[in-house]
Amino acid sequence: MTQTLTRPATVLDPPPAPPRRKKHRDPSRYFRLHLPLVLYLLFTLIPFYWMVVFAFRPAGSTSLVPWPITFEHFDTVWNGVGFGVFFQNSLIIGVGTLVVVTVFALMGGYALARFKFRGQRVFLLALLCTQFIPGAMMLIPLFVIFKSAGLLNSLTGLVIADTAFQLPLALILMSGFVRNVPVELEEAAMVDGCSRLRAFFAVTLPQLKPAIVAVGSFAFIGAWNNFLFALMFASKQDKFTLPVGLSYALGEFNTDFGALAAGGVIAAVPVVLVFAVVQRFLVQGLSAGAVKG
Amino acid sequence: MKTRTWAPYALIAPTLVLMAVFLVYPIASVGWFSLRHHTVTQPWKNGFIGFENFRRMLFEDQLFWQSLVFSAKWVVVEVGLQLVLGLVLALIVNETFVGRGLARSLVFSPWAVSGVLTTGIWILLYNPSTGIFQQLAQWGIGDAGTSVLGNPETVFPATVVTELWRGVPFFAILLLADLQSIPKDLYEAASVDGAGRWRTFVSITLPHLRDAIVLSTLLRAVWEFNNVDLIYTLTGGGPANQTTTLPLYVARKAVDSHDFGYGSALTMAGFVILLFFSILYLRLSKFGSRA
Repeated sequence: MTQTLTRPATVLDPPPAPPRRKKHRDPSRYFRLHLPLVLYLLFTLIPFYWMVVFAFRPAGSTSLVPWPITFEHFDTVWNGVGFGVFFQNSLIIGVGTLVVVTVFALMGGYALARFKFRGQRVFLLALLCTQFIPGAMMLIPLFVIFKSAGLLNSLTGLVIADTAFQLPLALILMSGFVRNVPVELEEAAMVDGCSRLRAFFAVTLPQLKPAIVAVGSFAFIGAWNNFLFALMFASKQDKFTLPVGLSYALGEFNTDFGALAAGGVIAAVPVVLVFAVVQRFLVQGLSAGAVKG
Repeated sequence: MKTRTWAPYALIAPTLVLMAVFLVYPIASVGWFSLRHHTVTQPWKNGFIGFENFRRMLFEDQLFWQSLVFSAKWVVVEVGLQLVLGLVLALIVNETFVGRGLARSLVFSPWAVSGVLTTGIWILLYNPSTGIFQQLAQWGIGDAGTSVLGNPETVFPATVVTELWRGVPFFAILLLADLQSIPKDLYEAASVDGAGRWRTFVSITLPHLRDAIVLSTLLRAVWEFNNVDLIYTLTGGGPANQTTTLPLYVARKAVDSHDFGYGSALTMAGFVILLFFSILYLRLSKFGSRA
């Protein structure tokens, strides 16, 4: 679906065709539905389109259609500036965070949803409170911890930092999803002689597939997009992530917009693709967990 | 399944350890640092100085107060506009029309884009030589003017619009989720009773959305207060510190000047403000009634 974002020809799609069914043939729909929708789509898509045009048209061209198409800017940033390495670093951090956050969130979410234990309320309260702790404000103490633990300029260190900040919300979301899986299924399996662990893997886990996709994807997007930790904790160029590389590009490529745009496309494509897949779960997940506390 | 086993504690142990080491301990150490003179560049001057950092912050630092005022302005304008536009967008994509799934994916997609990338995209749009305003001027629409980000009069609206692009989908997604939970028969009953579109919106939709609106507004206010990536890269807090928020000020103290002592004192001020927000949030989310 989102391939349209990187394929300029279809970005300015015509507005959705008017509905054919008779009961909808109401002329005011054009003003209260189609017109605002088209305006908002333009507001959303023109910036993406602008980046795509800059990334694919030859340097010096001011054409609004990237034709003849060129990959010179991608060559510049990927090989010349090192976005190839940054991409790899971001991917390692994104996937690493995804795995760790998902596993820990499953464990903790299961504990919250299926057990009643002493200190549960305090734990939940602590999880909620973490939503108010800003990464930017934690830069100073985290830098000191990372320095003494030898985690500066290390991708592992960045996975740990991203995990610590994403896990609480992921755990709350996951406990909501676990609660939605009927406990009776699991109990029936246990009556049949399964251990709790086996019952979980055989009965509950398969039901949680959409939840795992959703929570994992959010963790990936969050880690992929994280800027300040990567900026502060990884000062060597071979450990830069895409946002850090981009931020330097913003300063250095002040005249080379083609290179900046190509770097932007490289940073955008993975998250926008992932997002297209999980967009529906986002609507469900957030309403189930985070907001309703 | 009530139980007295150790199982739940084992399951939450990794989370507890991570939270203790990377969230709780750092908060405590911010308190300690705020009472010290501590810079990375001049470590020989480091030492305990009591409340000197706070005195300097409250009574001598113009930029601290300026950044607080700008933070408030930023949060109010940004969250207010995001809420209104997000609500309108949620109502639109909640209607039935051909291509609705695609439309949703497209209008929500900026949510997934990082602050730095948002900056990159909008710098391309705003750039004074080949940007959108120059293109429009070529077609005879408006006037090309100067760089919107360099001009003190346009830098604020330009930054607000940029963050709106990425921020409106958040509200739209949350409010859409809540819109979908309104029972259909309520609307049918209203329509049988002859209620118009506006009346239905005011009497059914808005009351139902109230809790979601309050909580998402609060969450977003905290988030926008803490938002650093976008402003840091788009304006760097300039021109002339006009767009410096409190967390941006902290980040610059940490990243650029490595003044950890004073930066920690600024952080403590931020914590006090955030504490107020969290208490409000927990009250409104009726945390107490759940257990």
